[in-house]
Amino acid sequence: MKRVTLFCGHYGSGKTNIAVNYALALREKGLEVAIGDLDIVNPYFRSKDSSDELRAAGIEVIALPFANSSVDLPSLPSQAYSLVQNHARYAVLDIGGDDRGAYALGRYVPYILEENDYEMVYVVNFYRPLTTTVQEAVEVMGEIETACRMKFTAIVNNSNLGAETTADDVRATMAKAQELGRVTGLPVLATTAEMSVAEGDMIPLKLQKRPFEA
Amino acid sequence: MSEKVLMKGNEAIAESAIRSGCLCYFGYPITPQTELAAYMAKRMPKIGGVFLQAESEISAINMVYGVAGAGKRVMTSSSSPGVSLKQEGISYIAGADLPAVIVNVQRGGPGLGGIQPSQSDYFQATKGGGHGDYHLIVLTPSSVQEMADLTSLAFDLADKYRVPAMLLADGTMGQMMEPVLLPEPHDVTVEKSWAVCGTQMKREHNIINSLYLSPEVLEKTNFERYERYKQIEENEVRYESYLMDDAEYCIVAFGIAARVAKNAITAMRKEGIKVGLIRPITVWPFPVKPIREAADKVKGFVCVELSMGQMIDDVKLASECKKPVVLCNRAGGMIPSVDQIIETTKKMIEGGAR
Repeated sequence: MKRVTLFCGHYGSGKTNIAVNYALALREKGLEVAIGDLDIVNPYFRSKDSSDELRAAGIEVIALPFANSSVDLPSLPSQAYSLVQNHARYAVLDIGGDDRGAYALGRYVPYILEENDYEMVYVVNFYRPLTTTVQEAVEVMGEIETACRMKFTAIVNNSNLGAETTADDVRATMAKAQELGRVTGLPVLATTAEMSVAEGDMIPLKLQKRPFEA
Repeated sequence: MSEKVLMKGNEAIAESAIRSGCLCYFGYPITPQTELAAYMAKRMPKIGGVFLQAESEISAINMVYGVAGAGKRVMTSSSSPGVSLKQEGISYIAGADLPAVIVNVQRGGPGLGGIQPSQSDYFQATKGGGHGDYHLIVLTPSSVQEMADLTSLAFDLADKYRVPAMLLADGTMGQMMEPVLLPEPHDVTVEKSWAVCGTQMKREHNIINSLYLSPEVLEKTNFERYERYKQIEENEVRYESYLMDDAEYCIVAFGIAARVAKNAITAMRKEGIKVGLIRPITVWPFPVKPIREAADKVKGFVCVELSMGQMIDDVKLASECKKPVVLCNRAGGMIPSVDQIIETTKKMIEGGAR
């Protein structure tokens, strides 16, 4: 298990949800964890939505000071440097979607590379219209790598159709995920699915609650 | 492609527009509709279309005016403050009888307001917005699926009647992700003999214009345009009627408000309160007839809106004030809750709605 884990990928592929679940899972093992919400692109749904739950679990939440404040000001907090400079705890980084979101990562990259104890995870949902094929998924991957100047080290397949997802829908994407792994030479760490859907070797995820859902 | 994909509302509009033959998009980024422009920026260059981020909303809408005049399907999108900037151009497009699609993913106002969802541009969308006598066809999606379906419909109706059509959504609709079945790619079928796309020396010049210096001629164009509006009012009203057969009370709501209202109706029906919903899908033309008919059956109306109460005026007009019409609202980016709707409805019942 690496000290720093970064989740990047196409918009809406489930990065935030996986980052929150992963941070909670690390904490359950009794580890010191901080999560960084570095999404400068989307002011609506983000890790900060789960900050109460995360803080209650003893996880430090580092988020954009104006996130969820209705001020659309994409500034990064100075504390974010502690994610890459304080080696005494685990760090989970939730990065904004696509290459645009990955630009925000650039300034932290030298520290991450110097420490060299990281996993950079490509989160993919093959039901998203701009990453329905392996080739498209590879293209987005390349755009993100160029933007942040880091290479992916692993893949997580989070293919889903939202509330309508069935286990069969998830299973139907596993071959594509393996193909993506083969083409890129990266390991497919897991296929994830929402708790009520997950079966077999799928990793169950708890869905983050959204503000408009009662 | 006939399989479902998972999309944000904003993306669904963009992809649906492309599949409806819209290869020209002009816009300027603004939260909460920016994903629409971002999607267009990614897709258009790959399919031989045009994505252009204009220097302002005003230039974007005038680029729409130009492409519409050339007879091509064209779209622009923005959120409330940006749509205000587009109003002059929208009036010109309406005055020149051109089809175009304008998307408003509303946020709280007035002024710069906020970035959270709202429905407070209802008056602007349905009562004019720009100057002069004109209407837009205004469609209000209530799901990501409808974001796709109504975008496609907006292009068809705009072409059919030579009027601009607006998709009136809100921040939640733009941002939420749901599975969606995208429309099959389809071509424009309407003959646009009026378009300015070169005469090939075979016909007289077409002229796209909204300036008429002779008041008699200008009056005539207005009269003729209103004949078309009349046809639209007769043929293109769309609404959903939900549990209205035995309803004693009627909620009227569109977009995200209608989704909350359905949950409130489920809860109230469990308590034995017979509530139904009329959900306008077109807010211009407004579903006058179903509301007028409901006014003879129900004891009262509850209008649920993310505004200080705008559609409520149309509900009062349509119901001819035969029954009480009360407002259940939040504003400034807030969304009415299920509990608030139940409380408002019960208060109206206790108040002796007959």
